[in-house]
Amino acid sequence: MKANLVQAINMALNQEMSKDKSVILLGEDIGIDGGVFRVTEGLYQKYKDRVFDTPLAESGIVGTSIGLALNGLKPVAEIQFEGFIMPALDQLISHASRIRNRSRGAFSVPIVIRSPIGGGIHALEHHSDSPETYFVHTPGLKVVIPSRPYDAKGLLISAIRDPDPVIFFEPKKIYRAFKEEVPEKEYTIPLGKANIIQEGDDLTIITYGSWVRETLKAVEGLKYSIEIIDLRTLKPLDVKTIIDSVSRTGRCVIVHEAPKTLGLAAEIIAIINEKALLSLQAPIERVTGYDTIVPLPKLEDYYMPNTERIKKSIEKVMNF
Amino acid sequence: MPKKIIQNFNIEFLSILDENGKADSKLMPKLSNNDIKLMYELMKKTRIFDEKALKLQREGRLGTYASSLGQEAAQIGSAYALDKEDFIFPSFREQGVYLLRGMPIDQYLAYWRGDERGMYSTKKVNMFTVTIPVGTHMLHAAGFGWASKIKKESRVVVTYFGDGATSEGDFHEAMNFASVFEIPLIFICQNNQYAISVPVSKQTKSATIAQKAIAYGMYGIKVDGNDVFAMYKSTKEAVERAKKGKPTLIEAFTYRRNDHTTSDDAKKYRNDKELKQWDKKDPIERLKKYMITKKLWTKEYEEELDRKFNDEMDEAIKKMESIEDPKKEDILNYVYAELDENLKEQKEELK
Repeated sequence: MKANLVQAINMALNQEMSKDKSVILLGEDIGIDGGVFRVTEGLYQKYKDRVFDTPLAESGIVGTSIGLALNGLKPVAEIQFEGFIMPALDQLISHASRIRNRSRGAFSVPIVIRSPIGGGIHALEHHSDSPETYFVHTPGLKVVIPSRPYDAKGLLISAIRDPDPVIFFEPKKIYRAFKEEVPEKEYTIPLGKANIIQEGDDLTIITYGSWVRETLKAVEGLKYSIEIIDLRTLKPLDVKTIIDSVSRTGRCVIVHEAPKTLGLAAEIIAIINEKALLSLQAPIERVTGYDTIVPLPKLEDYYMPNTERIKKSIEKVMNF
Repeated sequence: MPKKIIQNFNIEFLSILDENGKADSKLMPKLSNNDIKLMYELMKKTRIFDEKALKLQREGRLGTYASSLGQEAAQIGSAYALDKEDFIFPSFREQGVYLLRGMPIDQYLAYWRGDERGMYSTKKVNMFTVTIPVGTHMLHAAGFGWASKIKKESRVVVTYFGDGATSEGDFHEAMNFASVFEIPLIFICQNNQYAISVPVSKQTKSATIAQKAIAYGMYGIKVDGNDVFAMYKSTKEAVERAKKGKPTLIEAFTYRRNDHTTSDDAKKYRNDKELKQWDKKDPIERLKKYMITKKLWTKEYEEELDRKFNDEMDEAIKKMESIEDPKKEDILNYVYAELDENLKEQKEELK
């Protein structure tokens, strides 16, 4: 069926819940209301005893998810906005990510924390952030950011079945931006595997989330042969796909919305430096958010990477 | 429009066994002589464990360690009221609870010696690992109990923490979740009156910690934490309440007679006079006095216990010190269920 990102995620949750009775959902307004973005629409009505509206407490949501998982359930928790995940960072960094290690494998925490991410919808403060680096930096967590409905369904099913804690960020800007064919049958996309969206020989663009679509727009009509990699999983990172591509093209641009300093691009450049430096024909360019607080709607567009900035970086790298 | 009182609350204090070893027969819980002796033995065992652990630390054979001196009744009395299947989330001072549960002593000591493998066996005794960050694990207990309820298990969940932990937000979130979702959970606050150097009077303006339960629609009780019978009785009643979906907060009023940990020096912030007052309230001495009047205690019995537990400890220490060092690769082996490519590479580097 044709589905947008919201519908694809809903489909994944519905299918996993119907298949596995240990999967439960918890979060703020996810029950009767179906979540503020309606991602869990209809699931409370279908699985009344496994969908829980919680008190308004993010640390509580993640902390109890850890306990639910320790006692054999597979909680999929929703944090309403990425900007509100901060109170839960302690539970994620101090516990969810460490319990397997601390107990030398006696205990594990198979939880999924879903949360919208990113800007571009002209929202309030704390509704447009890109905090993925905090989680990528934390040993013991996995981080997924899909760019399209088809991937979202397959990746979320993998995340729910994964034996370790997975942070599943959903780019809210593309929640309803477009539809594509999403099979109703069950399928998975493995975590840790990037997707080559478009093949090319002159330049590699590495990106993820809503910026895959923007990058496709930016390269439209350009005379170069451009390879575009959608990372899909930020941790573990698909180093092989990155290095194979950059070794071949010798040129690279990395696009993300998160602030520049210690953003994922910094790590990718370091990896290329370690594994493919001598293949490079030009310095790698980063197109990222600025090192500032995401502005309110009046100035938000100035913060965001955009097709013009992507094009400029492509030209710079190609004409080095 | 009237202005009137719409809510009132009362907090009970439970004490059964006084400092002279006299028990209130009307309040006395049903316990056989054998139960009483077992509780006494477990408290003794905890005390001997503690002394040995402190000595090991001073000799450089153990890492930083948090003593449980004076809190034996709070731990043994409460944990004795539980079934084997009931699950416990301790903080970092609950050696009494681990010992009661049958946690292998060499393994528990190995952890304090700096070896993660020591925590592996906690699961076998239906306990969670030691949690170091204060006040963060009560949410795990709430989640665990919530899962028990969803899965229709009959067991209850218990979590131990100190007075300092009640200032953490997660404590309040855990209490709230437990009450809202009717989770079979018992919160046991060992109010030992100090969070490192900060006395409980600076921790909270509440007259009791127990009354914090009221705000969450939950039953809370203050208990003489050095009275093993009162701890047993209040926990036993909390178990019954928990099984009906009603969580309880028990404030065990006790005293931390040692430093916070072996890295602390309590002389800097409290005086001898205060300490001496609490020596007199010793939970083990108190039970001993009771047992003497009931003819359950003799000098020979005491000597036999000392010998038995000292031997058991010495053997466990020997065993602990003969455990082979962990493999260095273990630092990477338990980050995820499976090593990712990056970690595989780092494992090669580590070789």
